[in-house]
Amino acid sequence: MKQLVILSGKGGTGKTTVAAALAHLASQEMPIVLADADVDAANLELVLDPVKQEEHDFMSGQVAVIDAEKCIACGLCAEVCRFDAVMEEGEIYRVDPLACEGCASCFYQCPEEAIRMQEQHAGLWFRSDSRFGPLFHAHLFAGQENSGKLVTLVKQQGRLLALDTGAELLVVDGPPGIGCPVISASAGADVALHVVEPTVSGVHDLERIMGTTDHFGVPSLVAINKVDLNLTRSEEIVAFCTEQGVEVVGRIPYDTVVTEAMVRGRPVTDYADGTVTEALEEMWSRIRERLLSDGEEQR
Amino acid sequence: MIITIASGKGGTGKTTVATSLALSLAAESPLFLDCDVEEPNVALFLKPTIEERREVGQMIPEVNFDKCTYCGRCAEVCQYHAIAVVGEMRSAAAHVLVFPELCHGCGSCTLNCPTEAIREVLNVTGTIERGSNGSIEFGQGTLNIGEPMAVPIIRQLKRWVIPPDHGARPIILDASPGTACPVVESMSGADFVLMVTEPTPFGLHDMRLAVQVARDELGLPVGVVVNRDGVGDRGVDDYCAAEDIPILLRIPLDRRIAEAYSEGTPLVEALPEYRERFQALYADIEKLVRETKGAAQ
Repeated sequence: MKQLVILSGKGGTGKTTVAAALAHLASQEMPIVLADADVDAANLELVLDPVKQEEHDFMSGQVAVIDAEKCIACGLCAEVCRFDAVMEEGEIYRVDPLACEGCASCFYQCPEEAIRMQEQHAGLWFRSDSRFGPLFHAHLFAGQENSGKLVTLVKQQGRLLALDTGAELLVVDGPPGIGCPVISASAGADVALHVVEPTVSGVHDLERIMGTTDHFGVPSLVAINKVDLNLTRSEEIVAFCTEQGVEVVGRIPYDTVVTEAMVRGRPVTDYADGTVTEALEEMWSRIRERLLSDGEEQR
Repeated sequence: MIITIASGKGGTGKTTVATSLALSLAAESPLFLDCDVEEPNVALFLKPTIEERREVGQMIPEVNFDKCTYCGRCAEVCQYHAIAVVGEMRSAAAHVLVFPELCHGCGSCTLNCPTEAIREVLNVTGTIERGSNGSIEFGQGTLNIGEPMAVPIIRQLKRWVIPPDHGARPIILDASPGTACPVVESMSGADFVLMVTEPTPFGLHDMRLAVQVARDELGLPVGVVVNRDGVGDRGVDDYCAAEDIPILLRIPLDRRIAEAYSEGTPLVEALPEYRERFQALYADIEKLVRETKGAAQ
């Protein structure tokens, strides 16, 4: 079983569009499992029309809660809090649950034992069926922490099911950025596909995300989305990738059909023939070749 | 007045709007912060001169083994499993391990150590910088590659650059995509959150989540900029009407804007006629903030 993670660094470059298209194309050739690792803004479900099979609570992290009856307003909790989460409110102190990082420092320091740590119901995660295979996805509640933990959970569930059912590929739609959710989404991946647009920020962000996956030993592939928006920048990306020894596996042209397919809630390859679909098919065959050849090396 | 620019979905035009707003308000000497410390892009457009730089991160424990009794109290109180005591107490194999990437820098281990064997040292995870371009004062944070935690960088950037008594001066914060802790940190303390979205199902879905954070959790007034207007469907318009969220500016789908962006040219420099529209946007936001504050009193 191979694990492919789709990343970008910069948001909105077409990760989910590419992930949905790859899910559609790959599923015609092999059994696959899907995981949406962008848990604070999950979009894969919008184009895969999934039917929920299981729903689970995601309990994670704690927040401090001060018992107003016991609080003697000594202020020690506010003094030790490094996250500005404890506020004086009239005669007593109160914890702002959004600012609280659950470190329990106040809990241990309170002389009156007036503070308890409360576990947070931080989100939900789901196993759904889609036309292209089982989909694991999640919804982190507004403003919650620990998105990295939820990402790991969703991805691990996908991995376990893929191993149990003999699926050949796990496609992980990753979050933007380079921080903890991205690191969680990339862990254990055989290949990271970076989707980049030919803009100054796209190029800048590609260098940072590729640095991140390099740091964790995950090999990179690159897809240039809207390749014809700025051909000079596209060439710059190709030159950078060549220098880094990274293959550019996809060159996807700009076409409004991509948005049309999104509005209809379908992967673009499943919605229309044309240059975008052709480019994505070509890209999938190159990714497949890369994933399979890696397997041969191991044998 | 602090305005945070957010979106939920990435790539909807946060940086385009934030940069154009700052440039259009140059006469008012705005303060402009790039809080997307994972992928900071504002400097590519604003092209500021960086005048000062600091290394930042978290305070992590350092154990003095002459004082440590390996009692394990530090590991017991640490909620993040960032410190572990291994081996039998007082045996030659006993040791204390610190995992900097798990540490939140809360200081609880230091406070709870019975022998005062722990002191805290800075573990550098990023940089914060300040500079300017003409009358625009600029600040940005950059998370080092391979580091997981963006929030401490954003928090320290804000503390360093935003003066406590900023009054009516425009302060613009460009947030990261998503709705999790880095976005909450970028919104906290703001007077207004401006959502930049595109009129597509993805744009709407993620903006709703960002509105939940800004309006429902943090209680802040919100307004919307619809970017690439004309692409997609009516979902965003219908949602804003139903939720009574004002649409303050529409930027049509225009290949010239996309091309200027691809070269790092700010929208208001490529299309100067937008300057007045951004000034009007700011005036509208000021009015909405005044109304909100008036209603609260």
